[in-house]
Amino acid sequence: MKFVDEFRDAHLIRQAAGEIRRLADPARHYRLMEVCGGHTHAIYRFALKDVLPDNIELVHGPGCPVCVLPMGRVDDGLSIASDPKVILATFGDMMRVPGRNGTPLEHKARGADIRMVYSPLDALKLAEKNPDREVVFFAIGFETTAPSTALTLMRARALGIRNFSVFCNHVTIIPAIRAILDSPDMRIEAFIGPGHVSTVIGCRPYEFICRDYKRPLVTSGFEPLDVLQSIVMILRQLEAGTAFVENQYARVVPWEGNLPALRAMAEVFELRPYFEWRGLGFISQSALKLRDSYAAWDAESRFHIPGIRVTDPKAAQCGEVLKGVLKPHQCKLFGRECTPEKPVGALMVSSEGACAAYYNYALRTTAAAAV
Amino acid sequence: MPDYKAQIRFSDSQIEMAHGAGGKASRRLIEGLIAPALGGPLLEALGDAALVEIAGARLAFTADSFVVKPLRFPGGSIGDLAVNGTVNDLAVSGAKPAALLVTLILEAGLSSEVLEVELRAIAAAARHAGVVVVGGDTKVVEHGMADGMYITTAGIGAVDPRATCSPKLVKPGDRILLSGPIGDHGITILLARGEIDLETDLRSDTRPVYPMIEALIGRVGSGVKWMRDPTRGGVASSLNELAADARVAIALFEETVPVREQVRGACEILGLEPMHIANEGQFLAVVAPECAEEALDAVRSVAGGEEAVFIGEVREAPARTVLSISAYGGTRVVDMLVGDPLPRIC
Ligand code: SF4
Repeated sequence: MKFVDEFRDAHLIRQAAGEIRRLADPARHYRLMEVCGGHTHAIYRFALKDVLPDNIELVHGPGCPVCVLPMGRVDDGLSIASDPKVILATFGDMMRVPGRNGTPLEHKARGADIRMVYSPLDALKLAEKNPDREVVFFAIGFETTAPSTALTLMRARALGIRNFSVFCNHVTIIPAIRAILDSPDMRIEAFIGPGHVSTVIGCRPYEFICRDYKRPLVTSGFEPLDVLQSIVMILRQLEAGTAFVENQYARVVPWEGNLPALRAMAEVFELRPYFEWRGLGFISQSALKLRDSYAAWDAESRFHIPGIRVTDPKAAQCGEVLKGVLKPHQCKLFGRECTPEKPVGALMVSSEGACAAYYNYALRTTAAAAV
Repeated sequence: MPDYKAQIRFSDSQIEMAHGAGGKASRRLIEGLIAPALGGPLLEALGDAALVEIAGARLAFTADSFVVKPLRFPGGSIGDLAVNGTVNDLAVSGAKPAALLVTLILEAGLSSEVLEVELRAIAAAARHAGVVVVGGDTKVVEHGMADGMYITTAGIGAVDPRATCSPKLVKPGDRILLSGPIGDHGITILLARGEIDLETDLRSDTRPVYPMIEALIGRVGSGVKWMRDPTRGGVASSLNELAADARVAIALFEETVPVREQVRGACEILGLEPMHIANEGQFLAVVAPECAEEALDAVRSVAGGEEAVFIGEVREAPARTVLSISAYGGTRVVDMLVGDPLPRIC
C-alpha cells in the first residue's frame, strides 16, 4: 500500500531504532507524551516498545475522544435516546462506552433506537429517510471530527432538514495540553504531537508549549516509522537543548492547517465557557457548542438534557492514567473488573484508549518477552 | 451421562449482538450457559461438527444458521453461504460432506423471485460441493421479523479414517497452515451494506474447502493435528481458541499472513484488525513439522489452494496466547475479537 508500506519497512525501522539508541543518553530517563490516541494504538499495534531503549518511556496523553468524555455526558446522550421518537446516531467508538446503566449497545439491545454511523452525514441521511423521527447525532471528537459535524450542520440548514440535531461533545486539544503542562504531577519532557488534529489546526497553535514551557513538540504520523522518526527529532532537540515545534507529518499536515475546515468550524461552533473532562476536571474554553444561529439543530436546546454528573467508580484510576501519572496496568481494576469486554472506564473501550491498547496488545508482554 | 461442568460463568444479563459475533462473548455464552445446560460428553469437544459413532461408522454432524444482510453480495449470496458454511464445518472435522437438510425461514413479503434465485444458488453450491439436499423445513414469519430470509442447514458426512484431529495432539514445533488470504468475506459484506463509501473489487471467498483438505489428509494423514474454518471472529479467534484448548502459545509471523491490498486498506481506514475479520472459504490447519513441506505442497496442488502458506508455529510459552511477531522483531498479543468489530473514528 502506498504511503503505508514505506513506513513499515523493517530495515528502515531498525535503522531508526538504532539512531534512537545512539541519541539517547543512557544516564537519562526520557518521558515523552504521545498526545493522540491514534499514536497510543500504533505504539502497541506495532510493538514499538520492543525496539526502543528502556530509558525512553512513552506516556499516553488525553487524545482519545471517548476516553476524555465523562460518564455523565454518555448518560445525557442516552437519556435523549429513551424518547421513542428519537434515533440516536453515533460512531462505532461510542457504542461500548459505559454509562451508569450500561453502554449504548446495551441500551440498543433493550430497545432504544441507537444506530452506528460512519460519518455525521450518514446521520443526516438517516433524518432524510425517517422524516417522522427525530435523528440526534451524538458528536464526539477533537478538531479531527468537528469540521465534518460543522459541514453536516451547514448542509442540514441549507436543505432545511428540521428533524436532525447534534448533541455536541466536541473538544479542543490545546486547553487539554495546557492543563497537563500546568498539572503539579507534570513530568513530561517532550510531546509527540497529534497528527490528525493537526491536519485541521496546523502546527502554529502548539508554539506556546515550546515558548512558555520549553518543551519540544513534533507533530507525528501514525506509521511505525513516523513515530520513531518523531522520537529521533525530539531527542535531537533535547540533546541540543532547544524547544520548538517540528512537523514530521508534513506529507499530510500543512503548517497553517486546513483553512476551509477552520472556517466551517468557526461558522457553526463557539467555545463553551467550560467543559468537564474525564480525569482532568473542568477546563475552561476547552469544548465547542453550537452557535445561536444553529440553535434549531442543537439537541441541547431541543431536548431536555438532565446534565448528569457521575463520579467514576472509586477504584478506577482513569484520571491518573489519562494524565500519564499511572500506567494502565497500575490501575487496581485493570484486567480484573475492567476488561475490553466489560469496561469500567472509557480507556478500556476504544482501541485508542491506553488501557484497551495495553490490554489487547501488551497485556502479556512479560510472558511474551520469554519467547 | 456425566455432568458437564462450566469452566466459564455466564453472568451477562441479556443477549447482545456480541454474543453472536464469534469472539469472547460467543464463547462465554456457549461454554457458560448452552453447553452446561444441554451438555453431554460429546458436546464437550465444542468442535465445528459433532463426531458421533453410529453402527460402527464415524460420522460428523453439524448445523449452522445464516442471517446475512444483504442477501446477495459480490462473490456470493446467502444461498451459497448456507451450503459452504456447513460443508466446511464438516470438512475441517475431517469428514467428506455427504448430505444436507435445508430449513428456510421466510419473511412475509419476500419476493418469490428472490427466493427462487437463492434456491438455485443452494442447488448449484450443493452440486459444486458434492452433497445432496435430502430434506428440510419451511416456515414463514411476519413481515419485519427475518430480514427477507434466514437459512439453517444441517449436514452430515463420513469421517476419513486417516483424520485424527484434536487440540490435545498439538505440540510445540507444529506449524500453522492457512489456505489463502484472509478477510475477503467480512470486508465484502461490510461494504455491500452500503454504509461506507469505499469502492473495491473485493469478492467474498465463499467456497467449499473439502478438496484442499482431502488432498492434505490424503498426503499427510495423521500429520494434520487440528483444523478450523476461521469464520466469525476471524483467524485471531480460531487460533486463540486453539491456544486455550491445547494450552500452547501460537507465534504468527506478521509478514507471512496473506491479506489482500483492498482488505488491508479498508481495515486501515476503519481501524479494524484483518485477523478479526470473518472468512468463508479458508481453513487453518496445524501440521507436524516433519510433514510440513508435503502438507503445503498437497494444499497448493489443488485448484484454489495456490495461495496457501505457513503463517506461524506452535510454541510452549506463554501458554494460551497468540502472538504476532513483526519483521523488525516487535511482539504483540493478538487477542480474540471482543464484541462485533466496531470501526474507529480517527
Ligand atoms: S483499567 Fe479501567 S478503570 Fe482502570 S484506568 Fe483503565 S479504564 Fe480506568
